[in-house]
Amino acid sequence: MNSEKLIELQGITKLYGTGDAAFLALRGVDLVIRGGEFVAIMGPSGSGKSTLMNLLGCLDTPTAGSYRFKGIEVERLNKDQRSLLRRHALGFIFQGFNLLARTSALENVELPLLYRGYTRKQRHEMAREALAQVSLSDKERNTPAELSGGQQQRVAIARAIVTRPDTLFADEPTGNLDSKTTVEIMDLLRKLNSERHISIIMVTHEDEVAGCARRIINVRDGLISDDVVTR
Amino acid sequence: MIAMTFNALLLAIREIRRNLMRSFLTVIGIVIGVAAVITMVTLGRGATEMVKQQISKMGNNLLVLRPGQGWGGGGAPMFSMEDVDAIRDQVPGIASVAPFVSNNATVVYQQESRTYDVQGTTQNYFDIGNWKIALGRFFTEAEIADSAPVCVIGETIRKELFGEGVDPIGSKIRVKNMTLEVIGLTAVKGQGGFGDDMDDSLTTPYTTIIRRLSGRQGGKNFNQVMISGEEGYLTAYIVADVAALMRERRKITANETDNFNVFDSKQLAETISASTKVMTSLLGAVAGVSLLVGGIGIMNIMLVSVTERTREIGIRLAIGARAREVLLQFLVEAVTLSCVGGVAGIALAYGLCVMLAEVVGAPFLFDPKINIISFVFSAAIGILFGFMPARRAARLDPIDALRHE
Repeated sequence: MNSEKLIELQGITKLYGTGDAAFLALRGVDLVIRGGEFVAIMGPSGSGKSTLMNLLGCLDTPTAGSYRFKGIEVERLNKDQRSLLRRHALGFIFQGFNLLARTSALENVELPLLYRGYTRKQRHEMAREALAQVSLSDKERNTPAELSGGQQQRVAIARAIVTRPDTLFADEPTGNLDSKTTVEIMDLLRKLNSERHISIIMVTHEDEVAGCARRIINVRDGLISDDVVTR
Repeated sequence: MIAMTFNALLLAIREIRRNLMRSFLTVIGIVIGVAAVITMVTLGRGATEMVKQQISKMGNNLLVLRPGQGWGGGGAPMFSMEDVDAIRDQVPGIASVAPFVSNNATVVYQQESRTYDVQGTTQNYFDIGNWKIALGRFFTEAEIADSAPVCVIGETIRKELFGEGVDPIGSKIRVKNMTLEVIGLTAVKGQGGFGDDMDDSLTTPYTTIIRRLSGRQGGKNFNQVMISGEEGYLTAYIVADVAALMRERRKITANETDNFNVFDSKQLAETISASTKVMTSLLGAVAGVSLLVGGIGIMNIMLVSVTERTREIGIRLAIGARAREVLLQFLVEAVTLSCVGGVAGIALAYGLCVMLAEVVGAPFLFDPKINIISFVFSAAIGILFGFMPARRAARLDPIDALRHE
């Protein structure tokens, strides 16, 4: 396993609102995640796990503390710089799939490539390859409405990996899926982690899903309460 | 920057294609609004021009002295040849004067018989009324002196009595109890300033009509005196001078009203074109409202789709698009849609104008100004309403945009 530090959090706090309505979602989190890890973040709702996830995914900035992603001080980056970081290093999978409606699977997968200046041919090739990896080569032309939930999530995973990111962030990737499909998706994620050495950071509240990860971090009241390496 | 704009264009076209129905609905309001404004204004201008042309068809700087006040003139004294001579000799700025008497009479040629306007005048009438000869000739002074039984007819009479394209010259027709020889056919004038047919008149020397038709001789036979002003001479002066002369000849005192009136075709043309201009502005304003409604339609569709689009913006931001890239995409999208709508509107207006101009009989005058104004206006509406919600969404954090319901 690559033991290089991928993510390093030091004293991260996140404050929402001001005055009486202020709410401290994270109260000084320290965390190190190394390259190639498969981490599940768990915790009851309101524990701060989603906030932590958004910070890790560079979608949000901390109120205080330092966050280094591969040595880059993320808290010093502006909005556009964070966009570029996400563009080049990160992939995202959402609970609600968040595919573009009335758009074919292939075009959905191509979407991140549009911001990277690839040619049409390159985009097609890369998107086809990504769809093949999630075993959806035969559904290229289908729109999300024509796909099952599991298939939609697989398209979303293809979209996340098409740019060949180092790190994949998955926010409740199985939240909208039945148990059989959940197994399918988790197998896929595990394969991506073990075969392609993509680091995966996943938020979930299901124990079985978290069981697929090699490390489970429990968040409670804005702090890491428990951090276990399972395998 | 060029690459980024090109990329935005690519993304925008993808979006438009992806949401063809929404794009169509967005554009249709603009198309209709633009087309309505341009059509109304163009047709209005065409109508104004048509009225001007028709009135100018009546003659060169034409003035008409008529009995009484207003149109009827019933009972008021008519005009004598002495009046005509006095006007010609005493009023400055006059190019030509012609006495004019007209009656409706039945005209018979072989089995055909119809009622036409039978008018008597001098050869000056053809000059004043700007008549051109199509076949044959006008009558001469000698024929006037002889009360010669000759006449000049219009195209409508030829068509109805002789048949289209038939040469009527030399044919004899009967009007009441006399036989007239057709010596001339006037060139077609078409519709007059009052929507009347100008080609259904039969014109004879006034002496002929007075002697043989109305039976009266000498005295006040003329129900009109046609006057044409010299080119460039202000017709208002002629109107005033003719009125003064007639008051003097008829010994009308200062506190009596005139028992005649002088009609000034130029004045009428100006009055009518002023009122058609008002109509044009009014129609244009109504059409402008429809353009505004079209704009509101765009705003509506954009706002309705903003939920979906906010999520889309969230997705784009999350996968690494910068806010300005997303914004540029939306801007290009809005500009493309508005411009397509504007161009389609102009094309539609062009088709409508050509078609309606044909129906109304007005000339089609392309007005670049109104085309540009409505195009710019439509583009501005589209960009404003298409861009504003996008700008708001692009400013959101990607997380908020993704959660937007």
